[in-house]
Amino acid sequence: MRITAEHLNYTYNQASEFAVHALRDVNLTVEEGEFFGIIGHTGSGKSTFIQHLNGLILLPSAQKKYKPKKLKKGEIAPPKTVLQVGEYDLTDKKTDFRKLRSKVGMVFQYPEYQLFAETVFEDVAFGLKNFSEQPLSPERIQTAVRQALETVGLNYAEVWDKSPFDLSGGQKRRVAIAGVIVTRPEVLVLDEPAAGLDPLGKQELMALLHEIHRSWCKTVIFVSHDMDEVAENCTKVAVFSEGAVQFVLPPKELFQKQAELLSLGLDLPVTAKLVALLKQKGIDIDCDFTKKDFIQKVQKYLQGGNGVC
Amino acid sequence: MLKDVTFGQYYPVKSFVHNCDPRIKILFLIGFIVAVFLASNFYGLALCAAVLVIGILCSRVPVQSILRSIKGILFLLAFTAILNLFFYAGETTVVIGEIPLQWGVVNITYEGIYFMLFLMFRLFMLILSSSLLTLTTTPVNLTDGIESLLTPLKWLRFPVHVLALVMSIALRMIPSLMDETDRIMNAQKARGTDFEHGNIFKRVKAIVPILIPLLIGAMRRAEELGDAMDARCYTGSENRTKYKKLTFTWRDLIVFLLCAALIAGVVLCNVYLGSIL
Amino acid sequence: MQALEFKNVNFSYGAQSDFSLNNVNFSVEEGELVAVLGHNGSGKSTLARLCNGLLKLKSGTIHVFGMDASEDKNTFAIRQSVGVVFQNPDNQMVASTVEDDVAFGPENIGVERKEIGERIDFALRAVGMEKYRHATPARLSGGQKQRIAIAGVLAIKPRILILDESTAMLDPKGRKEIMDVVLKLNKEEKITVLLITHFMEEALQADRAIVMNKGEIVMQGTPQEIFSRSEELECYGLTLPPVGYICKGLQASGVSVGDCLKVQELAEEIERCASRQNI
Repeated sequence: MRITAEHLNYTYNQASEFAVHALRDVNLTVEEGEFFGIIGHTGSGKSTFIQHLNGLILLPSAQKKYKPKKLKKGEIAPPKTVLQVGEYDLTDKKTDFRKLRSKVGMVFQYPEYQLFAETVFEDVAFGLKNFSEQPLSPERIQTAVRQALETVGLNYAEVWDKSPFDLSGGQKRRVAIAGVIVTRPEVLVLDEPAAGLDPLGKQELMALLHEIHRSWCKTVIFVSHDMDEVAENCTKVAVFSEGAVQFVLPPKELFQKQAELLSLGLDLPVTAKLVALLKQKGIDIDCDFTKKDFIQKVQKYLQGGNGVC
Repeated sequence: MLKDVTFGQYYPVKSFVHNCDPRIKILFLIGFIVAVFLASNFYGLALCAAVLVIGILCSRVPVQSILRSIKGILFLLAFTAILNLFFYAGETTVVIGEIPLQWGVVNITYEGIYFMLFLMFRLFMLILSSSLLTLTTTPVNLTDGIESLLTPLKWLRFPVHVLALVMSIALRMIPSLMDETDRIMNAQKARGTDFEHGNIFKRVKAIVPILIPLLIGAMRRAEELGDAMDARCYTGSENRTKYKKLTFTWRDLIVFLLCAALIAGVVLCNVYLGSIL
Repeated sequence: MQALEFKNVNFSYGAQSDFSLNNVNFSVEEGELVAVLGHNGSGKSTLARLCNGLLKLKSGTIHVFGMDASEDKNTFAIRQSVGVVFQNPDNQMVASTVEDDVAFGPENIGVERKEIGERIDFALRAVGMEKYRHATPARLSGGQKQRIAIAGVLAIKPRILILDESTAMLDPKGRKEIMDVVLKLNKEEKITVLLITHFMEEALQADRAIVMNKGEIVMQGTPQEIFSRSEELECYGLTLPPVGYICKGLQASGVSVGDCLKVQELAEEIERCASRQNI
């Protein structure tokens, strides 16, 4: 599913003196098949944006009581807002938002805090049962739950009848993710999925997301604060700042804009810092800012001189 | 969105009323309520109304914001009004044309209308005055004021400081818990929970996946907060000192005198201008 | 003087094996900055809770500035000298304004009103939050909230500051804010710091690092020593900081850069290699 947003605006507490403009004229396209990163400071509008993607935040025109505003004479109509996820038009109140939600999976920050059921099985099956039109057979549910738990790297036989609250922190997060991917969404959106995990946990989680992306989930969108993680994993990155999208570029091009990123108060991946320092010393390394490529390019550069250093 | 709900009613501007000591505001409100109830004719009430108008003007809170507080109890007001209008045991039944407005127990009298207006006026002022207090005092100041006013209860072995701490923590945690509710609701909505459709049984069932994580979250918070408090040497003993101190200023003296004058004025009105009750 | 001393410390949470401690021995000198590393559930957070009597140890001894932590009569005195900042910035504040929150600790130990004011000034200045004295916590960022939590602890005037994964829930900016404050307190106020973390970069700033695994101390030494043993670290579920990782990768592909952990160092090493070739 292709995601397109044009002239997207959103204001919290509209019509009160405490109004906050969370999104200002956002234009963004995420192609199917992308492993898409979103970066930006806390409060830059990232979270507000991703909540639009499955209708958790509804555009005014998609709300039940919406009536189109009549323009005064001489007033120019504001540019038309577009928000399209696959075949779903999110500006239209007739859209079946529940169906959309089954296609766009959403993993929130610290998703382990939304677990509630008595057993891991029940919790994972929750979304599946909610979304299906008619009751599913126990076998189908079991197959789906087993697959979801195995995808996130848990042993079905070991955990299915345990209380989710008896698991370790890392396991809880995996169960929570399983509870979202159990419906096999076509787009998976994650808000800082690795926050609070230890280094190995982070690595495993990113590997897990790549596995899901490779095997059946066509589009993965994830919000991250960790520039190294973004440089290593994404095919494309959007930079949010003060509610607007500043850049949408592949990491290779994005992290060449060092001055711009720093002026937005954002950090750089270690590889980009190294490239910048080496450039000052007259050494040009042209890499895509993954660690692997950086190592290769440095090696090649040095060997380009006179063989092995 | 829960974010659309501003917590408490506080209207953040600077004014004479905002700057008054919360204790004097609470005491004044009590005094004002006494005056409103003492008043037995419209002159007394008019006096109260005048004071209220001065208060509102001095608070720099827009009148709409104050009137908004009426909305919540409009139904109650209407109900009381109709009850009094229909059933007040007056003597002179209202006659329109040739038809007296009297059917069985329902009897609309002039006295009834008069009394209803009096009662409405009274209720109206009670509500406006208390919302003036919450509009001009932060919840924190309000708790501080209540704590300070309750201090004499210490002599009765009532744990005032514990109560104050509990109120303070509750106030502190409300925004966090609202945020969390919001987050959990969104998360469960994203997993297909439907809060808007279906019969009552279905909707109540939809709340469970929110309540449980919220409850567990609140317990986790409580535990962590308890540890943090222990680590910061909280023992619950009486030997704590208190940093915050409320001090009376010239403003508070003015308010106090105004309150005394109001009650005196109302009493004089009652004595010299007759009573309608 | 030794700020902290653990001798043969054992601890367990009953049947659950995670987070327990097994024969832990280490000490921290006054004025040191010591990092404790370990994956989640390695027992590193248990250390903090044992230090200030939130947990009671099963066997062995813990001394905090010479006071025995197992004796109840010392608990209050120990809590005054050990300040602990926890993980979740949202769950450490008791009051709705910054000022009142920082005052909580001094109030508890019965400091006079006038001095509390001075302590609030001092603590907020130390964490660079003096402008936020009257702010409400709900409006602050995670990093700012954690700085207030540190200020709240500083107002008790502790001699050792324990950060129990205090940066785990923060964004990179917030983490940097906290690390800057902690380093400053360590250097300028001479406060001993025990930094419990799973961010390897943070450990680089420490004088010494301790690695924990399954409730045991498995490695000890300067950060450089620890990170030079990368295979061993991986066994304990830890990774090198990114620069160290790149450095190892370069070495493996035949580039003779020396071990380094900081960006500047590695850039210089690569430059050195390059210049050697050009001669």
